[in-house]
Amino acid sequence: MEKTIAQKTISVNEEGYLTNFSEWNKEIAEALAIENSITLTPRHWQVIDYIQSEFKKEAPLSIRKIGKSGVIDIKEFYALFPAGPLKTATKIAGVPKPASCI
Amino acid sequence: MTMNENNGEINKMMIILSKASIENVYAAFVLANGARMEGIEAEIFFTFFGLEAIHNKKLDHLHVATVGNPAMHMPTMIGGLPGMENFATSMMKKEMEKLDMPEVREFLDILKASGVKLWACKLAMDMFHYTQEAMYGDIDGVITVGDFYRQAKGVGTHMLFV
Repeated sequence: MEKTIAQKTISVNEEGYLTNFSEWNKEIAEALAIENSITLTPRHWQVIDYIQSEFKKEAPLSIRKIGKSGVIDIKEFYALFPAGPLKTATKIAGVPKPASCI
Repeated sequence: MTMNENNGEINKMMIILSKASIENVYAAFVLANGARMEGIEAEIFFTFFGLEAIHNKKLDHLHVATVGNPAMHMPTMIGGLPGMENFATSMMKKEMEKLDMPEVREFLDILKASGVKLWACKLAMDMFHYTQEAMYGDIDGVITVGDFYRQAKGVGTHMLFV
């Protein structure tokens, strides 16, 4: 389905995740963050950069992996993205929702 | 409590872990961690043999149950042979590492960092003569079953016995 956000029309799935990463930009991320009650700080951006670089490497994401990333620990990850951090952070980063249970 | 209360929306999972076999411990941990990943609160009450999962000297040495576990597809007498539990446990640990599943101690660290509350059951602690100093350092306390029920207060709380 299509969604208009930050003056751009993008394709998203039924849960609101971008289905085409090339449509993502920083303004879209800011707007998606606001929809999820988050104001992006430089720390959020570091996490988003990390998530996108893992996505480009086609490496699966998990909470454990975020904790070992060297970018952020799990406690801060939950503090930055309180309501389901992996779900929320990937949505803002424009990448698919991870299928991980851990 | 019925699943259609609060439109079936889950706000908090209260998980009681009463067993120490590794498959049960992982089940409880994955359920608690999975709740947090969805923005749902989670607390675990360790009681009876479940206390081994937070006992410092025991938690790194938990085993798969090979006896009385029909899913092992193994005759009970074979499951009871010396070394069989170690064999099954090391097989299972290898498979879990492939799935990026942490060891029990690291999993406890992840649960704590994720905001899961870990409670030891006072009655079981007294029964096994365990002290809080002997337990994993980051447990939230030793409490009674009544205290645990009070922790469950709120709409959309679900309780689960493992």
